[in-house]
Amino acid sequence: MASKTINILVKIWRQNGPYVQGCLEEYPLRDISTDMSFLEMMDVLNENLTRKGQEPIAFDSDCREGICGMCGAVVNGTAHGPQKETTLCQLHMRQFHDGDTVVIEPFRSRGLPIVKDLVVDRSALDRIIQAGGYVSVNTGSPKDANTILVPQHVAEKAMDAAACIGCGACAAACPNGVPMLFLGAKVSQLALLPQGKLESKKRAIEMVLQMDKEGFGNCGNERECENVCPKGIKISNIARLNREFLKASFTIDH
Amino acid sequence: MCWFIQTFKSSLGKKYIMAITGFLLGGFLLVHALGNSSVFWGGEAFNSYAHHLHSMGPLVPLFEICLLAVFCLHIITAGYLFFENRAARGSQYAVQTSAGGRTWGSKTMPYTGIIILLFILLHLVNFHFPEKTVEKPISVFVVEVLHGPQALLYLIGLAALLLHISHGFWSLLQTLGISHPKYDQPLRVLAWILAGFMGAVFILVTLLVLFCKSYLAI
Ligand code: HEM
Ligand code: SF4
Ligand code: FES
Repeated sequence: MASKTINILVKIWRQNGPYVQGCLEEYPLRDISTDMSFLEMMDVLNENLTRKGQEPIAFDSDCREGICGMCGAVVNGTAHGPQKETTLCQLHMRQFHDGDTVVIEPFRSRGLPIVKDLVVDRSALDRIIQAGGYVSVNTGSPKDANTILVPQHVAEKAMDAAACIGCGACAAACPNGVPMLFLGAKVSQLALLPQGKLESKKRAIEMVLQMDKEGFGNCGNERECENVCPKGIKISNIARLNREFLKASFTIDH
Repeated sequence: MCWFIQTFKSSLGKKYIMAITGFLLGGFLLVHALGNSSVFWGGEAFNSYAHHLHSMGPLVPLFEICLLAVFCLHIITAGYLFFENRAARGSQYAVQTSAGGRTWGSKTMPYTGIIILLFILLHLVNFHFPEKTVEKPISVFVVEVLHGPQALLYLIGLAALLLHISHGFWSLLQTLGISHPKYDQPLRVLAWILAGFMGAVFILVTLLVLFCKSYLAI
């Protein structure tokens, strides 16, 4: 497809710090190449703002190839924008049309407080991972290959869950602001494998309790998360989390 | 903290309470729908069903107390969830769209819940508390209430109930972790059929008495 350029109006949430009032500001952008990524469009905007002596828009990104989980914003009401299973950094301007208004807001959830503009503090997700603790692995002399048997389809399921990049879009899209899909994926990826079995009960309990401490809400099975997740994580992982926590709570022996 | 309290105080635990009490209420609703369908066989059949039900002696108040407890648990937990979730959302988005997961049913759970609660109170005042006698059996009360403007309130209440369980029956399975790629879709359809069946019975009974009161004549 031949590349072309479009003119758009972006409205971006500007907020100077964590606990201050923010608002949407309008910036018209001319001659944006449709081959640009969404974040490159933001770079162009920031370049313009810097040249004019204005404060550039704060936003997060790192790998820009859809694997690190650092980027993310809500575009026209949808976390990571209109394209399914795509991180914001992998979204391209060809998804937009000449004359479009593009509203860009930060991920919103009480557990992911806004730091500045589009940057949110996702350390709550790290603390949930930490609460999950360790996985016992046998070290010592090398073992023969395949001494721990994992059926292929189980390995695939665990890998599907492990695809979660911890971006927090599930919490942003959830009407109750809860990263339940994230937690479902993180509990599932280990619960499915023999290597994670030893600590699975403690892990499920500790991670859920930590999530509650962080001030997230309660899952209402609304399924918005599944529809925005850039890694296509399925809510069957949430069902597995629900099973694991129920089982663990009633059978853990310490 | 005692493990039992810790479990049911957690976010997942509160959802288990909703799911289990929701399941029990659903079970009650099914029996209630089947019982009410005796209306289709006329006033005699309906009165004799009600009479048999109430000749079970001490089982009746026992059942009523259990049902009341289940209702209270469901409603109190729903209240907690509603306020916690509203606070957890943090700030609202300027542009609000659905990514395609929410349904009318799931979006309105707390509101349909409130309508159902008001409806149940009206329903108890209409049929549960008044004294029924041989001269004035239950069918007479039913005609008095449903063959008139109050039928509209019943239809609103029943519509809310239908919406509530259209999400609720599937949701409770997911909450309890009952999910498997093989039977996920069938269960989902089954939940809808069950909700639709119950809704249809109650709504048909209401419409029948509203438009054809002689049906319940004795
Ligand atoms: C016969 C009456 C009722 C039935 C059969 C029923 C059934 C259910 C079911 C099956 C669920 C799903 C549980 C889950 O998601 O795991 C549910 C959720 C819910 N119910 Fe009810 N319910 C009834 C009455 C009420 C009433 C009177 C209220 C409130 C005053 C209420 C408020 C709620 C709320 C707010 C939820 C959503 C909880 C959440 O997902 O966060 N319900 N109900
Ligand atoms: S489950 Fe999906 S949306 Fe949620 S944090 Fe992981 S990758 Fe992001
Ligand atoms: S910047 Fe790494 S996933 Fe988008």
